[in-house]
Formats: sequence, structure tokens, C-alpha cells
Amino acid sequence: MSTDAGRVEDTRDVLSLGRPGTILAWVSVVVAGVLFASPLIYAFFSALKPANEVLATPPSLIGSEVRWSNFLEVFTYAPFGTYILNSFLVSIAGVCTVLVVSTTAGYAFGRLRWPGRDIVFVLFLGTLMVPQEVLVIPMFVVMQWFGWVNTFPSLVFPWAFTAFGTFLMRQFFRGIPWELEEAARVDGAGPVRTFLQVILPLAGSAIAVLAVFTFINYWNSYLWPLITVNDYKALGTLPIGLASFSNQTGTRWDLLMAASMISILPTTLLVILLQRHLIKGIATSGLGGR
Amino acid sequence: MSVAATARRRKRVNPLQRAERRQAIGFISPALLGLAVFTVLPVGLAIVMSVYDWPIFGEREFIGLGNYAELLSKSPDFWPSLRNSFLFALGYVPLNLVISLGLALMLSARIRGRAIFRVLFFIPVVTPMVANAMVWRLMLQPAGPLNGISEAMFGITLPNFLVDKNWAMISIIVMSVWAGMGYNMLIFTAALEQVPASVIEAAELDGAHGFTMLWRIVLPMISPSVFFASVMTIISALQVFTQPQLLTNGGPGTSTVPLVMFIYNTGFKFHDLGLAAAAAWLLFAIIISLTAVQFRAQSRWVHYEH
Repeated sequence: MSTDAGRVEDTRDVLSLGRPGTILAWVSVVVAGVLFASPLIYAFFSALKPANEVLATPPSLIGSEVRWSNFLEVFTYAPFGTYILNSFLVSIAGVCTVLVVSTTAGYAFGRLRWPGRDIVFVLFLGTLMVPQEVLVIPMFVVMQWFGWVNTFPSLVFPWAFTAFGTFLMRQFFRGIPWELEEAARVDGAGPVRTFLQVILPLAGSAIAVLAVFTFINYWNSYLWPLITVNDYKALGTLPIGLASFSNQTGTRWDLLMAASMISILPTTLLVILLQRHLIKGIATSGLGGR
Repeated sequence: MSVAATARRRKRVNPLQRAERRQAIGFISPALLGLAVFTVLPVGLAIVMSVYDWPIFGEREFIGLGNYAELLSKSPDFWPSLRNSFLFALGYVPLNLVISLGLALMLSARIRGRAIFRVLFFIPVVTPMVANAMVWRLMLQPAGPLNGISEAMFGITLPNFLVDKNWAMISIIVMSVWAGMGYNMLIFTAALEQVPASVIEAAELDGAHGFTMLWRIVLPMISPSVFFASVMTIISALQVFTQPQLLTNGGPGTSTVPLVMFIYNTGFKFHDLGLAAAAAWLLFAIIISLTAVQFRAQSRWVHYEH
């Protein structure tokens, strides 16, 4: 597959449009791109305007002055420092949990032999059919039972055990040559040492893709924090903080846009920096659309 | 099983294999335990809750199929919310698929800056939907840039998109397509890159190009990806929540309250978790049956290479 991808990487045009067609395609893409980017660009410049100029008519891209200080005022106007910290803590805790659970289970499903393995795996995958929207109601009651409503663990653990990561890691582990593992076994390494010293180091790219997508999912999560968090000042994450901020501050569009830009930044950077890996990850596994 | 049989069976398993099984249990148990507590338990609980009158706080009472009956015959908001979800899906899914496929096709040509455009179209997929919605709320304000530009350049006052009953749902659909279509674009891009050059060249020799090429050669070749994308996109359309919650808050009236918002409101605004659980089951049933129908229909138009 990799050779295939390599051969057609610099694609010819699949519709045989020829040169005029290609130029037309290029113009269309540029127009689409500008239209597509314009809300984000306008929002960014709005974040730099004085408050009363954001909704001025006629609209202008740049206000009477450029106020970088808006990006600082966001933090004094609302507890955005806390929101950002919480979002990072929740996302990182979520990534760590997902990685531990998915790599260990992926190893057991992909590399170890035990009775009933394939049936358990199919049942495991079956749980992927149940969407989060269906689970949130009973999950809230489970949180009540655990005494976890409005706590940090409730933001992390309920969605850290989905079968998806396990599936991804299993698929990757199965592609690692068995000879490597056998060599380790001959040297006297048991499954634990083989897993830690042979398998995991080889799975770096798959682990990175899973980590990034898990981070993005936690970072963007809105419905569940909205349900389980009551005390925004202490436990609010960025999305629910941003949403409540917009309700309180109706008129401060400058700060709302600054806060939006801040929350967009980390995942945008991740995508720009890791574009090759992520695009490959999506192409091969249909990952991340959740 | 008799003791002798167990012993015989034991004998066939050598100590190494037995050690491997023990360790497999160790490796698998965090995932199984977590899945049991955070997926199997909630699913079971959801079934139980849906046949109870189950307030957030206070006494619970068994009412059989009462919640389902209430949803289907009494609740004033359930059917409208279902209709809204379908309306959203009806607009969102085809628009998303057509635009993402169109962009993927244009980006498959050898044009400058392809990689940059791909990343650009993909960015809103990974940024918080809440922030995306805020950006669009600004764009669509009566005093916002869209109407401002229209008034300044053409002297035309645009409708108040987010509170006009004809435009609120359209605005949510357009915003959602903007935010979501980059994902399908990447799926299609990857599929297009797998189309063998020899097939295209052979079709060219037969005189195919442009639309004929697209319809007769390219689309059939990438139909498995189109199938995958349409299944996933329909599922995600039926789960829409954040965009209407933040753009219109379900308004005007209840004209943009989709099913998931109905479930959320029933459970956490009106504290009726039993009714919400029943509605969630209905949503699940709809998603599963639509997906099943698509899988049954795929033999008519999806071509897999053998």
C-alpha cells in the first residue's frame, strides 16, 4: 500500500481535465479557500478591535486601533486561566488513560493467544455502535452513584475506555513482524518485557496519532462537561467556559472572539505541525470523526 | 465438566501457554473493567431508566412503557425535535458530501499549495465546535459583517439569520457544513490517490473525460469511501447538538431543537431522566436502522475490488 501511495503521491488529474481544467480547478480552490477562511480571519481581527467597533457599520477588518491587550483582558474578565488549565489537565489525563488502556488491551488482542480472544474482540467492537449522546443520561446516574458529579475524574474517565483506541493499537501491533517478538522471547523476555521494550518502541507513530486525536476529542468536548460540571469557576473547561462567557457578556464581542481564538489555537497548531501523520491516520482508519 | 476431563485439558496446555493466558488477563483487564463500568453498565442502566419515572433527585417509580408512550403520543416537543433532526440531516449530509467531494477532486489535480488548502479546510474539524459557533454567531449578527457588507455594497438588508424562522435552520446547516466537511474531504482525497493511473489512462484512451470520467470511472472506483463517508455523516448529523445550542438555542420557538437537545433538555432542564433515556433509545434505534438500511442498499452502488 505504501508503494502505491508513493507512486501516486504527486497525483495526475483524475478527471483528465487537461491544462485549462486544471487552471479552473485552481481558481475555484483559491476562491473556496478565501471564502472558507474569511470567518476565521474576520473573527481574529475582531478580537483586536475596541469593544464598540466590532459591530460597527459599515464593517471594517481593522478597527481604529489594534488592541492586543484584549487577549490579556480575557483572563481578568472571566476565569479563562482556570478554563485553559482545566482543559489541559483533563485532556492530558484523558490521553494518558487512553494510551495505557489501548496499548495494553491492543497487545492482548493482537499479539497474545488466549481462549475466546476473537469473540471478546468482536463484542468489544460492538460497543462502538452506541453513540455518546445515548450514553450521557445513564452515565450521569453512574456519576451520581460514584459521587463523581462535578469532579475532575468525571471529566476524564467515562470516555477513556472506548474500544476505538484498542482497535487502532491492535491493528498496528498485528503488523509488527513476529520474529522480533520471538527473538525477545528466546532471550528470556516475558510478555511484559516484550511489550515494554520491543512492541511499544515500534508503535511510536500509531501511539502519537491516537494521542493527538484523543487530545482533540477531550479538548473540544462540550456536551458531557455541560452535564457533569456545575461549578464553572473551579472545574470549567474551555468550551463550557466560552459558552457561559458568551451568555454573560452579550456585548463584549471583542473578548468573546479573543477567547475563541485562544481556544482554537492549540488544536490548530497540532494539525499544522503533524499534518502528514494525521492525514495518513485518517486515511487509513477513518479516525477522529467523533 | 468432570475433574478428569479438566485435568486432561490442562495437560494439553503447556506451562508457557498458561503463563501467556495469565498475562493476557492482566493486559486486557483495565480495558474490560473500564468498558464494563463505563459502557456496559450505562447501557443496561439506560434500559432500566427508560421504564421508570426517574427524576434527577427523589423517588423513582416503575411505569412500564409509559415513557415511550408519552414520547410518541403526548410530549409536545418530541416529534418536532425528530423532524428538526431529519431536516438538519437532509440539508447537511448531501451538502457536506457534494462539497467535500468537489474539493477533493479539485485538490487531486496538480495545483499549487494543495497541502496548504487541505490543512485549511480541515482546521475547523479539530477546533472546538463551541469556538466555531461563536465565530459564526458574529458573522451572522444583524450588525455583523455579512449583513454589513451586503448593505454597504449592494444596499440590500439581509434577513436576521439566527432568529428568522426560515433562515435559522439553514444557518445551522451552512455553519455545520463549513465546520465538518474537511473530514470527508480527507477521506475522499485518500481514496482518489488510490485510483490506479492505469485505469484513468485506459478510460482516457476510450475517450472519457470530465463528467463522464467522474460518473463512470472515478465515482465507482471510490464508492467504498463514499459509502463510508455517507454512513458516518448521517450518524453525526443525527447527533447534532452544539451548533443549534449555541447559534439559536433551539429558536425561534422550538424550530431548531434537534433530538439530542430534546434529550438534554428533558434530562437536565426538566430533570426527567427516565423520559430522556427513552428518547435516547429511540435515537439509537433510528441510527441503527438507518445504518442497516444503508448497508443493505450498498450492493446496488458500492463496488469493492476483489
